[in-house]
Amino acid sequence: MSTVSTETVQPRIITLNDYVPLLGAPEIDDLRSHAERLSGRSVEMVNSTAMGGGVAEILNRVIPIMQELGLGIRWEVMTGGNDFFAITKAFHNALHGGAYEARPENFATFLANNETNQSHLNLDAEFVVIHDPQPVALINARRDHSGHWIWRCHIDLSSPNRQVWDFLEPFVTRYDGALFSSPEFTRQLSIPQYLFYPSIDPLSDKNRDLEPEYVQKVLERFSIDRTRPILTQISRFDYLKDPIGVVKAYQIVKRYMDCQLVLAGGGAVDDPEGGAVLEEVRGVAKDDPDIHILDLPPWSALEINALQRASTIIIQKSLREGFGLTVTEALWKKKPIVASSVGGIPTQVIHKHTGLLAHSIEGTAYQIRLLLSNPALAQKLGEQGHEHVREHFLITSNVKRYLTLFCHLLGQSAALEKGPQL
Amino acid sequence: MKTAEQPFRFLTASYITQIGNQKANNLLELADGLAHCSDASIFHHTFQSLGRHHFITEGFSNDFAQWVLAGLNRISLAEQLAALDIRDYVALPDLRRDLQRLVDDYCASKESQASQAAFEAFYFCESLQIAVPLAGEAWTLEEFRNRLASLSHASLEFHFLASRLRLHLSTNDFSKWFADELHLPALAQRANRIDIYTNTLEGVQERLLSLIDRELAA
Repeated sequence: MSTVSTETVQPRIITLNDYVPLLGAPEIDDLRSHAERLSGRSVEMVNSTAMGGGVAEILNRVIPIMQELGLGIRWEVMTGGNDFFAITKAFHNALHGGAYEARPENFATFLANNETNQSHLNLDAEFVVIHDPQPVALINARRDHSGHWIWRCHIDLSSPNRQVWDFLEPFVTRYDGALFSSPEFTRQLSIPQYLFYPSIDPLSDKNRDLEPEYVQKVLERFSIDRTRPILTQISRFDYLKDPIGVVKAYQIVKRYMDCQLVLAGGGAVDDPEGGAVLEEVRGVAKDDPDIHILDLPPWSALEINALQRASTIIIQKSLREGFGLTVTEALWKKKPIVASSVGGIPTQVIHKHTGLLAHSIEGTAYQIRLLLSNPALAQKLGEQGHEHVREHFLITSNVKRYLTLFCHLLGQSAALEKGPQL
Repeated sequence: MKTAEQPFRFLTASYITQIGNQKANNLLELADGLAHCSDASIFHHTFQSLGRHHFITEGFSNDFAQWVLAGLNRISLAEQLAALDIRDYVALPDLRRDLQRLVDDYCASKESQASQAAFEAFYFCESLQIAVPLAGEAWTLEEFRNRLASLSHASLEFHFLASRLRLHLSTNDFSKWFADELHLPALAQRANRIDIYTNTLEGVQERLLSLIDRELAA
């Protein structure tokens, strides 16, 4: 009789030492030296979701690293009903400039929900970091300028709906500072504004090294030919990512050079507009067998990783963009990039140094041809892009930025306590 | 082996960028920003930018030149701004004056381009620095060499680049210690001549190690 042994498999916990092979021991020692001054200090991060979305993804890595570094850090997630989250979703779109007419009861619901959360969250940490607009009114819980309160804004506030911003601004300006992902996303505020890039985790499924056999298997699964150049854009099927413009740029390149195009992303199943965009892209692509349109499910991190690694050039031809973490991921994989100069992209793609910027379909096609005919240039841009990410856009840099900010705030209060120097 | 009277104490530094409320959408606004921004902002966009982009070993000089190239496509002005070598300056007001002069002259000679909108705005920023001590100090050149070999980029940048502001731009922490404490002026001078435009921070580290090895072997 055969026996079946059962064994509980514990997921391996990633520690700071796991980053040493990628970053070097001196960089990790450096991080530890910065954390020493903050040992035992309390930090609280508050956002509105524990799973899904870039903010939760980043916090899931930042929190354990800060714990390992000796900070007393907590992560709390605010709660709310469907009505509250419907309103905050509408606020989110309005802050991005979308049309929206808020009714007084929308603001009342928003405030009531923040108040409810205020009563059951512990907001007594020395450093309180509130993420995004949903919990912004929790600043009401601050008593007598206690602690250091920071608002981390992950969205673009450059052209917000006036009514919504006028409602939120008085809360924002009561914080000690605001953190933005790009200078482009800021507003003129009376409080200090700091640049805080989002980050990627080099050890996550999306970014970790892959076996060449696995990459090959993914290509075979999607019938992509590794022997010919592969141009890839990874993004949801959304007009703002301009997939149709990407197909047109590819069609110009294809007149002169043999290549394939991969458009991979999601959003076509649960988003009605995504479905329409996908259909339109298929229409423009016609029956070209070298255009691979892949509508992937959300759990495709490893496949996306493999597609990026197999690509000759990565394209990000967005018409509007947040920070553009797909660009960060591609740069980390040493890929040459041709991208639009929007949102956080120019911060990452330093023209002619870590990639090439373009401002039109024709310009995109021209830059792609330039890279395809100059492999040495493509390689150099890819390598410098990788170093750029290594220095500025990894999760460890993100942690270091928080440590620096906390030390800076401590220094400011020490100076205030000391009084003016005569 | 010479022993210093004061040891070299290694520090490391980290930075956060504070975004100012001043921005430029065209050359005229850049000229205005250059006239009114803080010295810290000039330092951030020149010396410190070189440190942040140390991995680019060809053609990157400062943020102003890069923006004029990528944001405005004004190649000749970008070249002139990039040609300013920060090692030629012993005071930030002099560097500011030359940056301003180049932009003003260009605007005067090409009036139609001066107010042309850029693809993206230039934001005047400043770096806030937090320096913390690292374990280990050096009393001799040999001890210094051993610790230097395992320094982080941030520490190298702090001692070799950012220190120029503290030292009125004329030298760096390493060279100053070689000269003042070990009485090795030639080594100090050679170290100070390492080209920060064409070397990465690893390159700077390797060059320093090689200069020290030669000194130790002599």
